[in-house]
Amino acid sequence: MSKIKIVNLQKSFGDFTAVKNSNLTINDKEFFVLLGPSGCGKTTTLRMIAGLELPTSGEIYLGEEEVGMLRASERDIAFVFQLFALYPHMNVKNNLSFPLKMQGYSRNEIKTRVEEAAKLLRIDHILNSNISSLSGGDRQRVALGRALVRRPKAFLMDEPLGTLDAEFRELMCLELKKLHIDIGATTVYVTHDQLEAMSLADRIAVMDGGEILQADEPSVIYNKPATKFVASFIGSPGMNFINIDQGISNEQSTLNIEGTNFSIPKQYEISKGKKNSFGIRPENLSLTNEGGLKGSVFGVEYLGSRKIITVKTNFGEIKVKTDISTSVKINENVQVKPSNDNIIIFDGETDKSLKSEFMN
Amino acid sequence: MDTSRSYLEPSSFSKKLAATIIIVYTVITLIPISWMVMTSFKNVNSAISYPPEVLFEPSLEGYVNLFTNRSRQSQEYLDSLPAPETWYEELVRSREMVITGPSKFLGRYSNSMIIGFGSTFASVFLGALAAYAFSRFRVPLKDDLLFFILSTRMFPPIAVAVPIFIMYRKLGLGDTHLGMIILYTVVNLSLAVWLLKGFMDEIPKEYEEAAMIDGYSRLQAFFKVVLPQAMTGIAATAIFCMIFSWNEYAFAVLLTQFNAQTAPPFIPTIIGEGGLDWPAIGAGTTLFLLPVMIFTIILRKHLLRGITFGAVRK
Repeated sequence: MSKIKIVNLQKSFGDFTAVKNSNLTINDKEFFVLLGPSGCGKTTTLRMIAGLELPTSGEIYLGEEEVGMLRASERDIAFVFQLFALYPHMNVKNNLSFPLKMQGYSRNEIKTRVEEAAKLLRIDHILNSNISSLSGGDRQRVALGRALVRRPKAFLMDEPLGTLDAEFRELMCLELKKLHIDIGATTVYVTHDQLEAMSLADRIAVMDGGEILQADEPSVIYNKPATKFVASFIGSPGMNFINIDQGISNEQSTLNIEGTNFSIPKQYEISKGKKNSFGIRPENLSLTNEGGLKGSVFGVEYLGSRKIITVKTNFGEIKVKTDISTSVKINENVQVKPSNDNIIIFDGETDKSLKSEFMN
Repeated sequence: MDTSRSYLEPSSFSKKLAATIIIVYTVITLIPISWMVMTSFKNVNSAISYPPEVLFEPSLEGYVNLFTNRSRQSQEYLDSLPAPETWYEELVRSREMVITGPSKFLGRYSNSMIIGFGSTFASVFLGALAAYAFSRFRVPLKDDLLFFILSTRMFPPIAVAVPIFIMYRKLGLGDTHLGMIILYTVVNLSLAVWLLKGFMDEIPKEYEEAAMIDGYSRLQAFFKVVLPQAMTGIAATAIFCMIFSWNEYAFAVLLTQFNAQTAPPFIPTIIGEGGLDWPAIGAGTTLFLLPVMIFTIILRKHLLRGITFGAVRK
């Protein structure tokens, strides 16, 4: 296993730049997730690490070796495809031994390794089955097995759970995580599903428009998003934004919105312009009778353990995650107020979060 | 009302109608072929008798005549010979003839085999490589090239017979196996490229990518992963190519005389006493029919899948 480092990586298809000047370091034995909406360049990045696409510029290091221009077959990595890409004309056993045959292992060695991987993934009872007769989950396991048998330097996975149904996806998520803990392989995992990313990742890189916006641990990504996009993309529902037509000065610790003063974490950065936004997660808001933003209840979603209340204000719809005991009626007048100081100010010009006591 | 079937399923009436049409069509198609097979088992007289004989005493005379050269002898000479050793010698002597040697049929037949299978293999192999390249790589002027390839089929091949005849003469390719294989391959290649490209396009590129990640080169991935999955297309293409080069007549007449003459120009030249030897011609065509028939039956399983291939996404 080895660490993966990408330096100033760029990929263009004609006029379109799919990946812009990206830098990342993925540590040894880390479960690293590339997260972003479709078309953000996450799959292209992964395919460049795999050697299925050649970078336009930049370097990729696998361990100490620069592999950017090497062929996929020369890189010693394993790739799990979204559609599994199991060879349909071979049975499970042959699919698993296919990568080993190329490397010239003896028959016995191949047999032991295939059986070992099959046991680990609990597919030893279907080794002689045809691929077409397998369920989605078993196909997934075989695809993982084919990656495992080679003991490669790194695992690359391109939305491997994307085609499974929701219930099964959760199960496979757990299995994947357990597998990762068991074998401790450096893994790069691409997904657009933030829940999957949050539950699997040691660290997440959020991408949009070909750029890596933030790469950090899930809790940091969630609580201290680097940009407005990250804040809105992560979390369900995403962060609330209130547009404020005022600049932010250094050491500022209150903000006047609609005549009400709100205390905010002490700011350490001056905003570039006067159009900024005030971001807060739904669970850090509460309903109150006074001293908040005025609005009316627009919708109530019951989620079992929590309720999400959508309040229509002059600043757009604001979602509040409340206790299950909160009872409000549609169109009832309420006020919304931060319940703690997990508040982030985003600069309107750069979309980046401003440094503050909270965002240090 | 019959509600036991789904709306998508055809009614029993239309099923019966379809079956009737197919049966009638099959019978019409089979009549000339069965007449040909029957002729091959008749003797010279019953083959040309009028009214035509549907029931007749079968004879292998046609087949014997096809494979042998014979000469007519006087009864005294025949009597002076030792008794015939084989059944076919006896048959020939009963017609007051003796066998003077084997005919050219076997040689022509094996020429057909060599040229037919050789050009089929070459067309499919080269076609598969070209189709893969067109399907996967960014080939400059791809659409123009594909159109250009197709355009070679827009005129009847015989239209270029004269230039090809002269060219083959100059190159010394006339009346050679290699020359005929090249010619039929060239004619078939455009069809092969187009047919196979369609099939290659249907194979997700992830399969080769997976193989390449598994340590195989692109060419190895092509042979180990792409080709097995393109079997359907390859079978269909091979049958089309085989039928064309096996049946081709005009170029074979023009370009081959002895060494590389194929069966189609040879069979009609089988002349018996006092005209064409119809049973022998029947025997020749019946035997000529067999390889393509067997080839098609072997590949039929793939062909049937080929027709519906890609109709439903997995």
